[in-house]
Amino acid sequence: MTDLLPDDHKAAAGDLPPAIELLGVHKSFGSVEAVKGIDLSVLSGEIVALLGPNGAGKTSAIDVILGLSQPTSGQVSVYGMRPRQAISRGLVSAVMQTGGLLKDLTVAETARYTASLFFHSEPVAQVLDRAGIAAIANRRVGKCSGGEQQRLRFAMALLSDPELLILDEPTTGMDVEGRRSFWAAIRHDAEQGRTVLFATHYLEEADAYADRIILLRHGQVVADGTAAEVKALAAGRTVRATLASADQAALRAIPGADGMEVRGETVLIHASDSDAVARYLLTATAARDLEITTRGLEDAFIALTSDGNDGNGNHTGAPR
Amino acid sequence: MSTRSLHAAGLATRRAPGPGGLNTTVLGLEVRRLLRNRRTVIFAVISPVAFFLLFGLNKAYATEPAGHGNVSAFIMISMALYGAVLATTSGGAMVSIERAAGWSRQLRLTPLSPAAYISIKMVTALVLGLASVVAVFAVAMLTGKASMPGYLWIVTGLCVWIGSLVFAAFGLFMGYLLPTENVMQFLGFGLMLFAFGGGLFIPLSQYPHALQTVAEFTPLYGLNQLVHAPLLGGSVHLMWVANAVAWLAIFASGATWRFRKDTVRV
Repeated sequence: MTDLLPDDHKAAAGDLPPAIELLGVHKSFGSVEAVKGIDLSVLSGEIVALLGPNGAGKTSAIDVILGLSQPTSGQVSVYGMRPRQAISRGLVSAVMQTGGLLKDLTVAETARYTASLFFHSEPVAQVLDRAGIAAIANRRVGKCSGGEQQRLRFAMALLSDPELLILDEPTTGMDVEGRRSFWAAIRHDAEQGRTVLFATHYLEEADAYADRIILLRHGQVVADGTAAEVKALAAGRTVRATLASADQAALRAIPGADGMEVRGETVLIHASDSDAVARYLLTATAARDLEITTRGLEDAFIALTSDGNDGNGNHTGAPR
Repeated sequence: MSTRSLHAAGLATRRAPGPGGLNTTVLGLEVRRLLRNRRTVIFAVISPVAFFLLFGLNKAYATEPAGHGNVSAFIMISMALYGAVLATTSGGAMVSIERAAGWSRQLRLTPLSPAAYISIKMVTALVLGLASVVAVFAVAMLTGKASMPGYLWIVTGLCVWIGSLVFAAFGLFMGYLLPTENVMQFLGFGLMLFAFGGGLFIPLSQYPHALQTVAEFTPLYGLNQLVHAPLLGGSVHLMWVANAVAWLAIFASGATWRFRKDTVRV
């Protein structure tokens, strides 16, 4: 697919294909649908957080982007190529959560092994230094701490000098200090212009290190925007009312309503525009006992991404 | 440090490596890993040498004639074959450990192609197999007991070495089939049975008739007959070739089948 690229070598950055493009991607494992139709586009130079609780489909989505698994349906491209092509050219690399290391090789041998597989690679010593593990280059991987192994994975990902770096929950199991210095290294690296996509279930990590947050829940994108935008969305208000046999479809369609829950005769609507929801409830339905509350940021995030959100509502609601 | 500026030209200069990422650095590191594993080395190199010293020097029969050489040389070839198949099986079965460690998955984030990965495993297995054959032959030569014409040392050694490739396929198959770090403990036992079945330790003529018939269908039978053929000088039976080729086909297709499943899933 390189023929998509102009030959004259004068193309501006704007002509570049997106670093990542997913179109209607679904991924099922047997009867379980982990990814339920994701469309997203990440441009070159962006630092994007894929935020969501465990089981939201983050790892499944990343596996599809990296070509580690095939989408059940939909299209994936990385710099306009199939993932495997982009990986072969060293355009994209990844730091996975766990595993992926051989205990019987040393740190330097692991890096040399990896570097030798690429057409172009950075000098091993220099990359080990950047990842902060030059001092333990001759240590067996099996004798390295979890944090040191994670830095080695980071070094391995940097060896091909990739345009796109993908990190799947990279700080899992690290202590606060390790986490901070790891992110400092990533941040420093991204300042050179590398595109970064990282998965996390920590809101504060996404907030602190990403320019853009894509919020996943049950395999779907529920929010996509700057950290401030997503926070505003998550931090909206809840409108609570008593309403018998609520028309759920109509309530969902209210502009400004983001999520809904029905518990018997009680309706809870999470709204970015609570005024619009209240106005609708009072004028167009028989709702009474209205109550509008503001939630804490963390609560809001949990509400927006947790399982309880639409589960209750669908069960108690009238059959369609 | 220069600030990167990605542009289409930058994308176009990115290249995939040569033959699927295959290179000598990786081969060197893989061989080093294999030799670092003390258990594998004892298993595949030391044990066949010890068996030769134990069985191949017995004054009662060692210097008796056998084809163009003597019985000691015959036993040397059997033990070299035993060592070589242990070595190549161990080499192939390393995929089991690498899958368990997530290393095969990690490699899929590099340009290394699956075919190149399998080639690396095969070549590494063959290097250890060669070490095994050379060790047994060298010790046998030093004892001065094993005797056969000079060219037969070369021809027989090569036959054993190349023949052991069948078991690199066996090791790969089992490595993909058995998701355990202790895969070699099972395989070591299995190979011991195959060695008895193939007549590597005890001549098949000493087995009861029914057992002999069964033994002729086991995976080391054909290979064992074939590698002794240059020494014994008789004709090569089609049955031996059929046995070796059939088992190679079984192991190779088994490995391919599991490997395909594996690349879809992992």
